[in-house]
Amino acid sequence: MANDWKSFEPLLIPDIPNLQDIEVYEENGGYDALRKILDDQDTWSRKSVVNEVKQANIRGRGGAGFNAGLKWSFMPEPDGGPRYLAANGDESEPGTFKDRKIFEYNPHLFIEGALIASYAMAVDTIYVYIRGEYISWVEMFEEAVQDAYDKGYLGDNILDTDISIDMEITYGAGAYICGEETAMLESLEGKRGYPRVKPPFPAQKGLWGRPTTINNIETLANVPLVINNGADWYGDIGSEEHPGPVLYGISGHVNRPGVYEYPTGVPVMDLINDVAGGIRGGKDLKAVIPGGSSTPPLRADQLEGVTMNSDSLKDAGSMMGTAGLVVMDEDTDMVEVLWRIAHFYHHESCGQCTPCRDGTGWLEKILIKIKNGEGEMKDLDLLLDLGNQIEGRTICALADAAVWPVRHTINRFRDEFEAKVKKSVHAVA
Amino acid sequence: MAELSFTEEELEEIEKIKAKFPTAKAATLQVLWVAQRKYGHVEPDVQKLVAETLDLPASHVHGVASFYTQYYKEEQGKFVLDVCTCLSCQLCGGYEILHHLEDKLGIKAGETTDDGMFSIQEVECLGACGYAPMLQVTNGVYVNNLTKEKVDTLIENLKNGKKPEFESMAMPELEKRNQAAAE
Repeated sequence: MANDWKSFEPLLIPDIPNLQDIEVYEENGGYDALRKILDDQDTWSRKSVVNEVKQANIRGRGGAGFNAGLKWSFMPEPDGGPRYLAANGDESEPGTFKDRKIFEYNPHLFIEGALIASYAMAVDTIYVYIRGEYISWVEMFEEAVQDAYDKGYLGDNILDTDISIDMEITYGAGAYICGEETAMLESLEGKRGYPRVKPPFPAQKGLWGRPTTINNIETLANVPLVINNGADWYGDIGSEEHPGPVLYGISGHVNRPGVYEYPTGVPVMDLINDVAGGIRGGKDLKAVIPGGSSTPPLRADQLEGVTMNSDSLKDAGSMMGTAGLVVMDEDTDMVEVLWRIAHFYHHESCGQCTPCRDGTGWLEKILIKIKNGEGEMKDLDLLLDLGNQIEGRTICALADAAVWPVRHTINRFRDEFEAKVKKSVHAVA
Repeated sequence: MAELSFTEEELEEIEKIKAKFPTAKAATLQVLWVAQRKYGHVEPDVQKLVAETLDLPASHVHGVASFYTQYYKEEQGKFVLDVCTCLSCQLCGGYEILHHLEDKLGIKAGETTDDGMFSIQEVECLGACGYAPMLQVTNGVYVNNLTKEKVDTLIENLKNGKKPEFESMAMPELEKRNQAAAE
């Protein structure tokens, strides 16, 4: 896509002052997608909405990248009982700070998307779960929801139809794990955030045992775009296998950190140099974590031609994750960075599964030993071995997310780790 | 200590919270928040009040209160400074900010000053990575793009009872985007 991205006009966070005001949102075509569907439910049956979104291939922006419409299609037929949409605004993956921008800047786009999703899945109640630290954004978002109720977009008989959907806002109290979808359901039910064993999947047994779909905030904000413009139009934005606009969160050693909206598929180096203004202090780039702390870091020399979409990042040896890029300059100590990531996962392990509860602790302990200059060469292999024994042996993916950066940081920056460990007595030189 | 209780007004708020969910249990987190805002912590007697109000086992409320980091398990200073040192903040000097604050207040992370004014906590990612280093004041407002000078000003202001105001990072970013487009 070369330089096409430079002329892209933002869709999720367009340059429109006071877009958070419902009147401004309406003046700019807001709630048209919802109206279009509800006014013509013969054309826009529940099933055809699901199909349109499925065809658009909105890949989950919370990190997993799963086709949102396909996820919706897993919901069973209505049986007269309650059905839920749980919108995940718990963003806590280090390097990720984009959903708060939607709450602050374009909350109605998300509300409209959540309403369309709820119509498509015959959901009657939407729970929006926001991380507790985001209390400032919770308060802002509460106002937007109240405005939507006052205007008849939420509540009973929406836009004078027989469709009734409620939206309830709730928030956490500090726990990364609650961003894991089933842990979030537990937290919504007022419990400790312990991920659930799957199956049963939330679509079968979710909140209070009822069918539930969990979608990320940004994912749902993409839905009105698809309804307004069609799946084909959406599919032409960005990369073919991973289309649409994305909120790139760029942080670390760059001149202009922040959240920027561009299509998927922008070259990583363009995001760093052109969008974020290059590396601070004119230094050289050492590494990039492309999509939040759990996605493997890439060395500067691995980045040639790499673009921000799942296929390209997979080929390069990483993942799209949350599109939260963490940029590190040439002076960065990768051992310190990896220890800090390991500390995070150790701290945030919920403690349910032994391989994670104990394993993340051991990863951190060994890394502390190495960073303090007390490690030995064999500790590097011990870390890799430990990772192999943790991965895939737990209820949720937190343990895997802890292992990937350890494995790939050691493999890709091994010389830095070796330089910190004590020389073996058998060393020849 | 006198028996703890919620006022009529608070009980009304709690009823509104309960109405959001099909079970009273689901209100646990939010009612703990109501209690912490009132008492400044969720020590065992506060947990007991929450359990009784929601007619839930005390063990359940204790389990929840102890799981989530934002609930204060013991009394804190008037202002709790949550300094992020996670990944992006680490890269951008989060530890320097933490240590500066520790030196300035003469306490370590996890401690409270003798006059009961300030507590410092080292916390995990607060989701403000592009505005690192940063801190949060008593589970409230974020203070972004910290420098030692900015920390000093914040402490002076807090001592004088002046709390920081919410700082939008959205508009400066639009300007940044336009700047990028112009280059």
